[in-house]
Amino acid sequence: MSNEVVSLASGNEGTLKDQFSAYLSRLRAGEMGSLPAVVATIVLSLIFEIASPFFFTKLNFTNMFVQAAELTMLSAALVFVILLAEIDLAAGVTAGVAMAVWISLVKFAAMNWILALVIAFAVGLLIGWVIGFMVAKIGVPSFVVTLAFFLGFQGMQLVLLGEGGVYRVEVPEVLAIMNNNMPQWGGWALIAVSAVSMVLLSLWDRGRRARKGLVNKPISILIIKVSAVVVLGGIAVAIMNQNRSQGSIPIAGVPIVVPITVAILFIGTFVLDRTKFGRHLYAVGGNPEAARRAGIKVAKIRIYAFMICAFLAVVSGIFHSSRIGNVDGSAGHTIVLNGVAAAVVGGVSLFGGRGKLSHAAIGALVITMIDNGLGLLQMPAGISFLITGSVLLLAATIDALARNRGGVINRN
Amino acid sequence: MEGPVIELAGIKKSFGPVDVLKGIDLKAYAGRVLALVGDNGAGKSTLIKGLSGVQPFDEGVVKFAGEEVNIHTPRGASALGIEVVYQDLALCENLDIVQNMFLGHEEILTGTLHEAEMELLATKALQSLSVRTVKSVRQKVSSLSGGQRQTVAIARSVLREAKLVILDEPTAALGVAQTEQVLNLVRRLADNGVAVIIISHNLSDVFKVCDDIAVLYLGRLVAQVKTSETNSTEVISYITGAKTQEG
Repeated sequence: MSNEVVSLASGNEGTLKDQFSAYLSRLRAGEMGSLPAVVATIVLSLIFEIASPFFFTKLNFTNMFVQAAELTMLSAALVFVILLAEIDLAAGVTAGVAMAVWISLVKFAAMNWILALVIAFAVGLLIGWVIGFMVAKIGVPSFVVTLAFFLGFQGMQLVLLGEGGVYRVEVPEVLAIMNNNMPQWGGWALIAVSAVSMVLLSLWDRGRRARKGLVNKPISILIIKVSAVVVLGGIAVAIMNQNRSQGSIPIAGVPIVVPITVAILFIGTFVLDRTKFGRHLYAVGGNPEAARRAGIKVAKIRIYAFMICAFLAVVSGIFHSSRIGNVDGSAGHTIVLNGVAAAVVGGVSLFGGRGKLSHAAIGALVITMIDNGLGLLQMPAGISFLITGSVLLLAATIDALARNRGGVINRN
Repeated sequence: MEGPVIELAGIKKSFGPVDVLKGIDLKAYAGRVLALVGDNGAGKSTLIKGLSGVQPFDEGVVKFAGEEVNIHTPRGASALGIEVVYQDLALCENLDIVQNMFLGHEEILTGTLHEAEMELLATKALQSLSVRTVKSVRQKVSSLSGGQRQTVAIARSVLREAKLVILDEPTAALGVAQTEQVLNLVRRLADNGVAVIIISHNLSDVFKVCDDIAVLYLGRLVAQVKTSETNSTEVISYITGAKTQEG
């Protein structure tokens, strides 16, 4: 046995400065993550702020978060399948069908709305399972399976709700999600809970590493990250907590949808980063054959991914119904493409295996911002589509180039 | 010398009318590197697929550490302590070295991945092979060279505490320096008490690192000799069928 002492690095060594230069070299190697999208949000904010006096008003600032929530949730749903290099074009209509089932049960069967919602989620999961089964077990490409469902479910929505059927949502709890706000302290509590969770998770990791005698990153990195969350989140909460009403009844506070979205993204990220399932999902996305040889049940992972996608899509459907106050037969037809665009713009790779839920959120913010800002400038809708399309193309190009740079394609 | 880690007797395998293996007897010992050489179609791959459980043999006896065993699945082979490092390595480029080494065998603590434990064990496995070429064990595999990837794949078998490691053309795609590194790695793997079987076309590699050489010719084992007692001319004549060993 050779006992030569060789110490291997873990990438955690060195000072803050070393870590920063390591980050820069990762960027140069093409691992940019959501950085381009973060830059895009800053640039777009500046442009729209200069161009329109309404953009950075308290009202519009809050509105943007509410508008982005729906897209964020759908995009987060899609991340689970995009990580497998699959696609779910039916995510939007899955939500549409589930909500049509929900409103039908509430309106026509006079069912308790919560029970009806449980059934709606079950319908969503069933649809996800069927799609996953077709893709993973039978081997039909997900593009084709979900395109078929996309077309078919548009019909299903009409069958359930009738031609031109539009039904008002009369459940106050559901309407409250997008339309009501938390009391002032709610926003601050959200920041506090987020910061404390970050610190606790990080200390937990550090403790585990320290007990094994492994090097930890400088604690200053954690302090910087938490500070950024507290400062940026604090500014956002401070703005949202002010009265933004243009009428006589005051409107203030962080919209209820914000903590719901944050919580779901947090749980999803936890699953992806810290559980066996999450690790296997990335593995299948990176190299299905390697995953199979490592003993991972690839088909099972694929089916679960489609089920999670469908489940989160239904959440996005609830947000949508809450915002517009009704369920109609055409819900979810167009949003799915924006959902894919948001994920890609945010830095999720369509080639599979690379991306995070937070990327979907940032991408959704970019796309919402373009839509919102151009709307304020009273640009025609055509311009908005053109610009969104260009941004998507740019993001996909960056993804492809990063992939080359990472050595996946042009490695000899 | 201790008994062989693996002992094959009268192994046969056919695909329809084609007899690919026509009664193979082979032994591999702990701490020794055995080269399995032979021309294309000699049956090397079929033999390996049988040992790894991908394509079970039709006939014959397989003894592992003296016990007769039946290997029907890759999982069964892995459970015995047989690991195969395939030529295409089967690594996930989007995951880092530690994640790849533990793929499918993750350490779990309170329901979540125990990254610290995995990192420590992976580092120890790499250190046991005196690996010094990787910058960080948290590097993504996409950033590794071919030789480094081979290193990760071999180190994975150390982690599984394999008793028999089979390497399929480990140096086929490598440059001179990297071939040297991988061969050193193979030597250390054997020195750690593992039985190693290497499939290779490259006789200079074989003579550098292997203790024994087994030659397959058209589904038969025509020679099993000690490296020190032969030379490449003789091995080539076995491979081409120009010469056969008595017995």
